[in-house]
Parts: sequence; C-alpha cells; structure tokens
Amino acid sequence: MSATTTTAAATVLNPAGFQLPERQLRALRWTIYIGYLALTAGIFHGLAQALSYADIDILKFFPFLRSYYQGLTAHGVANVIVFTFSFSNAFLPLLVARAFARKLNEGLLWASLGALALGNMLLIYSIASGKASVLYTSYAPLQAHVTFYLGVVLVVVSTWLALANMLVVYVSWRKENPGLRIPLLAFVCLTSYLMWFLASLPDAVNLLAFLIPWSVGWLEKTDPLLNRTLFWFTGHAIVYAWLLPAYVSWYLLIPKQVGGRIISDSLTRFVFILFLLLSIPTGFHHQYTDPGISQGMKFVHAILTFGVFFPSLATAFSVAASLEMGGRNHGGRGLLGWIKKLPWSNPSVLAQLLAMIAFVFGGITGLINASYTMNQVIHNTTWIPGHFHMTVGSAVALTLVGVAYWLIPYLTGRKLWNTRLALVSSWTYFVGVLIFARGMADAGLHGMPRRIYRVQAGYNNIEWDLGGVLTGIGGSLMFVGLLLFFVIIAMTIFFGKKGGAPRDIPWSETLTAPKLSGWEVRYDNLKLWVAVAIVLILIAYGPFFLGMYSPNFVSPGFKFF
Amino acid sequence: MSKVLVYEKSFLTTGVILLILCLGALVYATLAMGIHLPGRAGILDPARLNSTPPFDQPGVRQTGPNAYEVVVRAYAFGYEPSEIRVPAGAEITFVGSSRDVIHGFNIEGTRINMMLIPGQVSKNVYTFKEPGEHLLICHEYCGVGHHFMHGKVIAE
Ligand code: HEM
Ligand SMILES: [Cu+2]
Ligand SMILES: [Cu+2]
Repeated sequence: MSATTTTAAATVLNPAGFQLPERQLRALRWTIYIGYLALTAGIFHGLAQALSYADIDILKFFPFLRSYYQGLTAHGVANVIVFTFSFSNAFLPLLVARAFARKLNEGLLWASLGALALGNMLLIYSIASGKASVLYTSYAPLQAHVTFYLGVVLVVVSTWLALANMLVVYVSWRKENPGLRIPLLAFVCLTSYLMWFLASLPDAVNLLAFLIPWSVGWLEKTDPLLNRTLFWFTGHAIVYAWLLPAYVSWYLLIPKQVGGRIISDSLTRFVFILFLLLSIPTGFHHQYTDPGISQGMKFVHAILTFGVFFPSLATAFSVAASLEMGGRNHGGRGLLGWIKKLPWSNPSVLAQLLAMIAFVFGGITGLINASYTMNQVIHNTTWIPGHFHMTVGSAVALTLVGVAYWLIPYLTGRKLWNTRLALVSSWTYFVGVLIFARGMADAGLHGMPRRIYRVQAGYNNIEWDLGGVLTGIGGSLMFVGLLLFFVIIAMTIFFGKKGGAPRDIPWSETLTAPKLSGWEVRYDNLKLWVAVAIVLILIAYGPFFLGMYSPNFVSPGFKFF
Repeated sequence: MSKVLVYEKSFLTTGVILLILCLGALVYATLAMGIHLPGRAGILDPARLNSTPPFDQPGVRQTGPNAYEVVVRAYAFGYEPSEIRVPAGAEITFVGSSRDVIHGFNIEGTRINMMLIPGQVSKNVYTFKEPGEHLLICHEYCGVGHHFMHGKVIAE
C-alpha cells in the first residue's frame, strides 16, 4: 500500500497525533463546562418532579420557585437545550480538528462560546424571574418574555457558528487535498451538524418571524397551530441532533476503547447520510392528535418515521459487531462470552454500554409512539417522559457522561478522580432510569398525564399510584447518580492528578477502508446530500404549507403563570 | 470478514421486513378498523368562541337515531360543560375548541385524545361500549392551574 492510501484508510488523517493550541482548548473546555453545569442544574428539579409523581412534595425546599412549572421549564431547557448543544458545540469541532489535523478558526470558536454564554444568561434571567414558565416547548399562545426567545435563538446561533467553524476547516483542507476521501471521523461530525442546521431553520423562523415580534407587541396576534407546526418541524429532528453526537462516540470512539475496530467505513457513512435525509421530514408524528392537519399528511410522516428507524437498526448492528470484535480480542469465546470480556471496569466504556442497553428499550417504546393509532393511547401521558428518559435521558446523557470520563482529563491534562465512584455513578443512574421509566410507562398506560404537579392535582386515579412510586424511587437514584458524576468531574478539574491523562482522543481504525474510486466516493459529496435533504423536506412539508394550510392569526399572548 | 457482511445483510433485511409489517398493521388499523385521528374540522376566532356555532351551545345533543354530538369549550382552567353524560352504545362525536391557550382533551381509558388549539376545531368519534365514569383530563400544559383542569364523562 502506498502512503496516501494508508492515510486515507484511517479515521483520522494524521494517526501520529495532533494537539490543538491551548487557547483553543480553553474555549472548548468552557463550552463543555457550560453543558455539564446545565445538566447538574437541571437534575434538582428533576428530583422534585419524580417525587411529585410519587405524591411527595419537596417544592417547599425550593422557596425561590414560584411554581412546579417554572422548575419544569428549567429542567427541560437546561437538560435538552443547553446541555446537549453545549456538548456538541465543543465535541464535534474538536473531533473535526483532530480528524483533519488542523486548527480551528479562533474567531468562530470564541463567537460560538460567546453566543452560547449570552444565550444562557438570557435564559437564566427569563426563567428565574418567572417570566418564562412556558416549558421548553414554549407553545404559543402562552407567551414568555422576549429574553426567553432571544436566549433560545442565541443558543441556536452558537450551534450554527460551531458548524461554520467545522466547514471552514473542511474547506481549507479540501483545497489542499482535492483527491482524498474525507476522514470518517470528520464526515460523521459534519453530517450531524449539517442535519441539525437544516432542522433548526423552521424553529428559527418561528422565533424570529413570529414569537419574538409577537412577544414585544409588533405582531398583535399569532397562529398557534402554525407555531406548533414550525416547532415540531424542528422538534423531531432535534432528537437526532441530540443523538448523533452519541452515535459518533459509539461508532468511532467506542471500538477503540473496547479494543475493536469500526466494521465498515461505507456503512457508517451511509447511516449518517440517511440521518441527514430522513430526520427532518417526520415532524407531524408529534402532532398526530392535533386538529387542522389532514390524516393524509400524518400518514406520510408516519411512513418516513419508520424509515428513519432503519439507520438506527444499522447502528445497532454495527456497534454490536465492533463490541463483539473487542470482546473476542480480549479472549471472549462462545456466542455471548465476549460480552463478559468487554472492559466494564473502564468508566467511560461502562457508561456508554449502559447507555446502549437503555437505548434498546427506548427504541422499542419509540416505535410504539410512532404508530399513530397507538399514539392516541399514550400521547402526553407519562409514558412519553418514560420513553425519552431512556433515549435522550440515557442513551444520550449517559454517553455524554461516559465521554466526559476521557474528555475532561484530555482537555485539562488531569487524571480522572476516583474511577470506582465513576462506575458506581453510572450503575446507579442506569438502575434508576429503568425503574423510573417502568413507573412512568405503567402509569402512562393508565392515562396519567405528564406535565402535571401531581401531588397537588385536583384529580387522581389509584391506578397511577404504583407507577408514581416507582417514578419517585427511580428518579431519586438517577439524581444520586448524576450528582456523583458532578462531584467526580469537579474533583477532576480542581484536584485531579496532573499528568496521566489521555494525550489523544480514542479514535478507531476501520476494518474496511474507504474506496478511492467508484460510486462510494459520492458519499463525500456533502452538497449533493444537503440538496437531496432539502428536496425531501419540501415534499414532506410543501403541500401542507402551500396548499392545505390556511393561516389563522387569532391569538394574543397569555401569561397564565 | 465476509461473514460480518453476510450477518449485516441478513440483520438489516430482517429489520426492514419487520418495519414493513409494522407499517402494514398501521395501514390496516386505519383503513379496515376505522381508527381515526383528529383531522381538519374547521377554524374560528377564539375571542368569539362563545358566539360561534356550535360552541354557542355547549353540551350534548342528539343528531341521529343512535348518534350524539358533544360540544365542549375549554378555557384556563376548566371545561364547559365539565360533566358530560352520554348514552353507552351510541356513536358520540366530540367537538372541542379553546378560548385562550392550548389545552388537552383526554378521556381516560378511551381513544379520545385530542389537542384543543385556539382557532382550530378538534373532532373525534367514539362509542362507549359499557356504562362507566371517566376522567376528562387537560393533558397539555396551560398554566399554573393546569393540574386542576379536568372534567368527567359519564356513559350511562
Ligand atoms: C436526576 C435525573 C432526572 C430526573 C429525576 C428526571 C425526572 C423527570 C420527570 C419526573 C419529568 C416529568 C415531569 C412532568 O412531566 O411533569 C421529566 C421531564 C423531562 N426530563 Fe427529566 N429527569 C432527569 C434527568 C433528565 C435528563 C438527563 C434529561 C435530558 C438530557 C431530561 C430531560 C427531560 C425533558 C426534556 C423533560 C420534559 C420537560 C417538559 O415536559 O417540558 N431529564 N424529568
Ligand atoms: Cu388546560
Ligand atoms: Cu392544562
């Protein structure tokens, strides 16, 4: 093999190592710290919520809160808007820089962090002052203070700037290396955030054209169904924006961490392209029970929703195969013997293995949601939080926890503090979330509504009691697990032993190298795939917006909080 | 190596077949069993809800030999009427809309699960097979009183 083909076969261009300059690492560190701080901030009210479903009221210990819903807004915003995107804003550009062995653009790097920080300040102000208790979905015509919407916009802008940074690096690399395949590690990061960029546009329109002008009085009335549709246009794909960074770790980093390899370069690229194409045109599946949208449109989206399950199946296969290879390399035998030989005592691997297991349950319950007839039984019951605490709340959150166990040492040059405790933390959270989800799903099947302050509710049903108690027990364990995580990370940052930290990211080689000629080269044509994605989106949403929908701007703002 | 590829193919093929079966079941449920979702049923001005037919007369009325229509207005934080009595075994069409913010309309233990969105009319049909009492729950966050917002549907 010639030198060029060897480099092209690798997941990163320069396997020998590459370090970003300290100033750039500092920006990435702060971006990530914001994320993990948000996660920690979010779990306190999470505990209060879980206990409320178990009929235990601890809200009196939160004297600064005006209502359960103020806290619930904080929980949702902190955990799925700030935590997830802060992480990705640092993680993806870091991997892209590493893959190409090139520096990031420093201006864009700090601009992205600045937008994220300012956005957070606005969000904290608006939520803490009680002017934005609209929950993270912020359905009009409940009307938040303008700073809430501006805060969300700034967080979204920070993700665009992070993408711009990756694209700048990519374009300058491409100029110098016209014939080479994009390193796989860079490819998956780029497609992930390109998908999110397209996906974020409808909600950006929603915020900039409607909600912000409406909240300051320039627009007198808004159309709640239109706002809701634009929100879910973004809102389904947003779950893939949370998930894909976790997939990046599962596909490309975990194989190395368990001693295996990436099974197939082309399958990995194919899967990420499918996510780019299919994540967005599926939003109506969140609106199965909405009026004003025809059954036909809902059905089209239901079909595409089943389509987007396919790349996740491929992921299950690919990741399992990499794990098996790792287990067998460690001497695992027999059909399942390799599972025992996986490095369960490595805290980074453990958290992510548990994340994968939780995700199997999350995926199954997700298929049920997508079946729109079943959906009528469980829509907006506690089944839904039961489901997504196994997806974003575990598959994603536990993966990001696992990544932190190598990433924080890598970024700070300090050794992870107390590996044993890190193992305990992940197991506690995992066991907790299974109990929690069991409780929420059970009560949800009996119709317990989500988003209620149950302990003070004006109605009850004894069939919810068992599920509620399980929710409380599981939620308490989850709380303990994540609190331990916070302690471990804080101790590592402040008191971790200098040195002894990983010097490089754990990147893996692929078993089958990318081809340098033939049709597979087209996988790298990002412009083409973005164009196809846009066409699919127009097919899935065009008829609705252009033909069927009659705008009905009738709603002034209401502040019932 | 090639073994991995064979496994991969068979795994993915099985997956696709399963997904197609799920979809088939969905089509069947929609077309053959007549399970329907709320669709497009008209728009209105929520500020004038109380004077817009049929919402000017909330309540139950007979529309056919064994068919009834139930008209419900939602507001923060309640329903008009808040207690609904309908005959078991009859075909009931629920028609609802909201005067202010988005509310939910979920009749516990039934398939009736709709969003009431200001400006939009929500509609769905259901037959209570047996007499019984069901909670009617607002299951979309609508403000500080959200957890009080409920009603009752009694099939008799
Ligand atoms: C200590 C850990 C956690 C506990 C005890 C917890 C508990 C809960 C409970 C009980 C609810 C339902 C509240 C309601 O509907 O009234 C909820 C909602 C939610 N949780 Fe968590 N959670 C935890 C961690 C997380 C994590 C890690 C994430 C995501 C990364 C997350 C994301 C969400 C979201 C998006 C909602 C929906 C908020 C809404 O309905 O507006 N949670 N959580
Ligand atoms: Cu309500
Ligand atoms: Cu409500």
